[in-house]
Amino acid sequence: MRFAVIQFPGSNCDQDVLHALRSFEGVEAHYLWHKDTSVGDADVIVVPGGFSYGDYLRCGAIARFSPVMGAVKEFAARGGTVLGICNGFQILCESGLLPGALVRNRDLHFICEHVDLRVETNNSRFTRAATPGTTLRIPIAHGEGCYTADEATLAELRKNDQVLVRYAGPNPNGSLDDIAGIRNREGNVFGLMPHPERACDPLLGSADGRVIFESILAERN
Amino acid sequence: MKAVVTVMPKKSVLDPQGAAVAQAMDHLGLKNVGKVRVGKSIEIELPEGADEAKLHELCRDLLSNPVIEDYELEIER
Repeated sequence: MRFAVIQFPGSNCDQDVLHALRSFEGVEAHYLWHKDTSVGDADVIVVPGGFSYGDYLRCGAIARFSPVMGAVKEFAARGGTVLGICNGFQILCESGLLPGALVRNRDLHFICEHVDLRVETNNSRFTRAATPGTTLRIPIAHGEGCYTADEATLAELRKNDQVLVRYAGPNPNGSLDDIAGIRNREGNVFGLMPHPERACDPLLGSADGRVIFESILAERN
Repeated sequence: MKAVVTVMPKKSVLDPQGAAVAQAMDHLGLKNVGKVRVGKSIEIELPEGADEAKLHELCRDLLSNPVIEDYELEIER
């Protein structure tokens, strides 16, 4: 399976994602530059974490209009698999590929710590290898991770099983309904604030993030 | 010509920054401060006859996020 990891000016988790991906069998992973106008032959696009374009204006606000995001939108519209992590999640929300928005953490602090996530469903291409109800220990590192959406959007998310992971312990950032990650209605786009790529090696304290990538890889057809 | 765009968090969206500022004002001796909301103001120098409809479009798409913010556009000629 071919993965493409987008690099924006200010991305800082691109290399971590590439490193983590290459630890899986059957993965071919390469970078895409923000000025690229095509996603090439990629099967999966990863929008990594960081501070794209310095987080100026709003997190993800400028990245949204980069040439590569135009190509990612087309790719997603064709049903292509897109994973957004942290700043990548913010970019996907700004782009309208995912509903809602991410705002400043409730306590205004930048939070960098391991948190427990509850897998809410395995009825998705991003969690299919996990058992619902399982707890994953994965780090977060963000200042703007408080998910927010209007009531109608939240009702839709719940009705369609779109919340894939919730914070299982204390809610770190004030996120609506303890939401840590959601997918789009169609199920091919997933964004989450925690960093599964930083939890892919027991040496780093947890390998619980692997199940997200294993789920994506389970679709080998 | 010049435009000033004021972007404010929607009333329905929590504004922890505003709450922190209100608390700091209280600590600094201004008691009974009500709600404080923090937004941003963007000044734009524009060529004469700039397209106002386009400007509104950019206010919606780029300068604000309608999911969480409202904007006001003022044009000074």
